[in-house]
Amino acid sequence: MALKSWKELPIGCVVDQPGSASEYHTGSWRSQRPVWDNSKCIKCGICYVYCPEGCVQQMEDGFFKADMDYCKGCGICAHECWPKAIKMVEEG
Amino acid sequence: MGKRMGMEVAMAVAEAVALCRIDMAAVYPITPQSHIAEHLSDLVADGKIDAEFVTVESEHSAMSAVIGASATGARSYTATASQGLLLMNELLPVASAMRLPICMAIANRAVSGPLNILNDHSDIMPQRDSGWISIFVENGQEAIDMSIISFKIAEHQEVMLPVNINIDGFQLTHMVEPFEMPTQEEVDRFLPPFVPHATLHPAKPVTMGAFAMSDYFAEIMKAKDEALKNSKKVILDVWEEWAKLFGRTYKPVETYRTDDADILMLTMGSMGETAQIAIDELRGRGIKAGLIKLRLWRPFPFEEIKAAVKNAKKLIVTDRACSFGGPGGPVFCEIKSALYVEAKRPLIYNYIYGLGGRDVPVKDFTGMFEKVMGDTANKLADTYEFWGVRE
Repeated sequence: MALKSWKELPIGCVVDQPGSASEYHTGSWRSQRPVWDNSKCIKCGICYVYCPEGCVQQMEDGFFKADMDYCKGCGICAHECWPKAIKMVEEG
Repeated sequence: MGKRMGMEVAMAVAEAVALCRIDMAAVYPITPQSHIAEHLSDLVADGKIDAEFVTVESEHSAMSAVIGASATGARSYTATASQGLLLMNELLPVASAMRLPICMAIANRAVSGPLNILNDHSDIMPQRDSGWISIFVENGQEAIDMSIISFKIAEHQEVMLPVNINIDGFQLTHMVEPFEMPTQEEVDRFLPPFVPHATLHPAKPVTMGAFAMSDYFAEIMKAKDEALKNSKKVILDVWEEWAKLFGRTYKPVETYRTDDADILMLTMGSMGETAQIAIDELRGRGIKAGLIKLRLWRPFPFEEIKAAVKNAKKLIVTDRACSFGGPGGPVFCEIKSALYVEAKRPLIYNYIYGLGGRDVPVKDFTGMFEKVMGDTANKLADTYEFWGVRE
């Protein structure tokens, strides 16, 4: 998404495209990423429930993954995962 | 032509605002603004105007309510003073960043502590950088005229910014003055209906006042600064239009007997009329004294100030507030800063006076001139003094 100059901003910075917040990829804030070890995962969905960003999704096979466009790397999923199936790994 | 009448200025301001066919007002009463709130509330309750009067529980709520109302496309008005303005403080930059053309009267009053209900400018000065157009008026007629004019400026498609009109508390708000009140037909001809730049409506969803991170915040601040600077052209045009329609001319900087003046004084607000009498007295004594009245505080009229002082040897800037621990009064700081780049500029003196409603008679103004004229070695230039303070 190309950044606009101050002259291109709509007056009062009104956002006239509903749902356009999805174009804002908060994943760029991340310094760590969650990595699932599916051998430990019991598919309980705690990570899905606790993700404050709502970016954890359940796959067809019942396991979970995070949408990296929006995952801020907060680590709440890893903290709440009681079988310890999620590990936070430093971003390169 | 309007009607000649006499009325208390605060009530006349409410009458003038009613002529603007406001859609809503949210005004929390506070001395010395209360008569604006009360009279406007009467006009709504008596069915004289078709508007909502929102009774809020604080000034913070008043400003929040007018921001919300203005965002829906309603012509919105509020008024406050002193602590009330300070309570609005966190909302003022929101109104300007959202480019909402809210109009507000400020019945200027000293800020606590100690508690004081009387007039000075310590309430508006800390709001200087809130991104509002800021105008100071000198008398009742001007308070009425600017109350109407402010909507036209604020709602202009090239402006879309909130405006505050500074009306000295008690000195102006509680005076019964003779004035000319424009008729409804005249105001309708002058002030077209409000066309908002965007509105909150379920059929066309928009987000107003959205979150912005470091990637956009600076651009938004730059846009606000440019909008405020560019508003000056519209302000001048609207004042010119008003002069044509009503015969009363307003300029960002007014000058009185300045043409051949060696020594000038600068005032803001109601003190200008007393200072004018002092100028006449000094002229009678053969002293080449002149007066500058600063009406437009934001956007600051740099060119007009420079033109007004260019031939003067000395300039007395008067302030009704202090920037504690700083270079003096806030107006003094501004004038010094504006003239810093000029190769030829007058020596500048600063007197902080009329604080917390202290009376300032003509002899105080002549006294300031006498003190500055007596400073032959220029030792007092660039300094400030609390005028008349007991040592």
